[in-house]
Amino acid sequence: MLRIRGLTKRYRTGDLALKGMDLDVPDGQVMALIGPSGAGKSTVIRCINRLVEPTAGSVALNDVDIVKLGTRDLRRVRRRIGMIFQEYALVERLSVMENVLSGRLGYVGFWQSWLRRFPQSDVDEAFRLLARVGLDLMADKRADELSGGQRQRVGICRALIQNPELLLVDEPTASLDPRTSRQIMRLIKELCAERKLSAIINIHDVMLAQMFAERIVGLRLGEIVYDGPPDKLTAEVLTSIYGEEDWSATIRKVDDTDEAAADADNVIPFEPPLPDRDRLAGLT
Amino acid sequence: MTVAALPRQWKKPPLIKSRALRWGLAIGAAVYLALAFETTPVNWHRVWEGLPRGLQFISAFLPPDFVSRWSEIVEGISESLWMTVVSTVVGIALSIPVGIGAAKNIAPAPVYYFCRAILAVSRSFQEIILAIFFVKLFGFGPFAGFVTLSFATIGFYGKLLAEDIEDMDASQAEAVRATGASWLQWINFGVQPQVMPRMIGLGLYRLDINFRESAVVGIVGGGGIGATLETAFDRYEFDSAAAILLIIIGVVMLAEYSSGYLRRWVQ
Repeated sequence: MLRIRGLTKRYRTGDLALKGMDLDVPDGQVMALIGPSGAGKSTVIRCINRLVEPTAGSVALNDVDIVKLGTRDLRRVRRRIGMIFQEYALVERLSVMENVLSGRLGYVGFWQSWLRRFPQSDVDEAFRLLARVGLDLMADKRADELSGGQRQRVGICRALIQNPELLLVDEPTASLDPRTSRQIMRLIKELCAERKLSAIINIHDVMLAQMFAERIVGLRLGEIVYDGPPDKLTAEVLTSIYGEEDWSATIRKVDDTDEAAADADNVIPFEPPLPDRDRLAGLT
Repeated sequence: MTVAALPRQWKKPPLIKSRALRWGLAIGAAVYLALAFETTPVNWHRVWEGLPRGLQFISAFLPPDFVSRWSEIVEGISESLWMTVVSTVVGIALSIPVGIGAAKNIAPAPVYYFCRAILAVSRSFQEIILAIFFVKLFGFGPFAGFVTLSFATIGFYGKLLAEDIEDMDASQAEAVRATGASWLQWINFGVQPQVMPRMIGLGLYRLDINFRESAVVGIVGGGGIGATLETAFDRYEFDSAAAILLIIIGVVMLAEYSSGYLRRWVQ
């Protein structure tokens, strides 16, 4: 259970990104955070694992206030919070396997990680996760040899191998094509269900948010202006979040595309792995 | 109608807007250059007299004599190579912490200023000046040369390492930090892979700079092939000196080609 109270962030430039936000995320809930650029979405999730230091307020994960923790305890909490990034943020010159295993860094000592001697259980888990997302044959490829969708799946593995209680997901689909975006969102949703994880997903695409999240929170200028189920997201609500615009297309399309996507994915749950593997093998 | 009202001509805006300043700077530079040329003392008579002496000097180099001072040459070269390798390794090892500390994006302000100061001191003196100082400090011989080259390597390598770290992709490093990695693990997984290929290339480059510098450092008393060369000049054994110069050229070329090959392989 994540409990945020009065979370405020003022950047050194003087911009007030968050104005005393309150938010509760119960265990196992997949929540989408929507809002225009600059509304403070990224700041919210970075304040939770303190990649950004909050100016005021509290962030409690299972009743431990993260904001008050010292370096050592902060690292201990960080390893229970998985994060998935916009543009993947894989370390490009490391192999897929090293990227996935870097999710275990909070659990192993420096020399162990420096010599790449990770515990057998971690290596097993890494292979299991890679197989789950269809990338087990890519383990020794360098991360920059993969396609966008594949990279994001590696990013997901890196987050999950941390054995997290909470996933922070920052614009996971920002640089992916529409179909890959859906696959990635579906994968995140499925994995959260499998592992009873709660997740906060920052996302620009309102339709994707409606399709894959059970709860939607709308943020505008550092304040929550909507908090409710996806189907209550009306034109008025969208206007209050993003400003005046013709929302009819966005709202109507939700049902159609939802079904169409569901159909398509019953046939092919993922990008077919084999041709992809061949293609990459041919490239190298 | 509105089209007719639009301007028909377009010229690239000048770099310096003010017309007076622009012309002032140009004329000022031209005048300074003219005066500088005029005050450069060239005694054409002495140039003319010097020409045959130069020819004589060059002909004294020929043919290069590899034989009569061969054992000294071998000794000098091996001393230089030793100096080069050891000072490169030690210099790079010392410059890694300094370079990391001098990267603004990962070091706290006091550490940053301290490490930048070390780099500035190391970089502000040319190797010869450092060598003169260290020869005074430690006496003649290769140890002074080794200290000189190591110290110069810190400035060179540390600065470039710091700059490379400052140019890295912050999101990759941020992602590693988010896993709960310790500081050292963060450097090893998030920063090092991003800077490694360039740093290996620069290490090889520094190795070949250090060899060339080891010849210069020897001339002021830092040992190595430079000392052998200096002795040959002092004894007017220009043919032996020519042999030494040819060997230096050979080693530098060898280093050049092999480091080029290695760098391609590392990328």
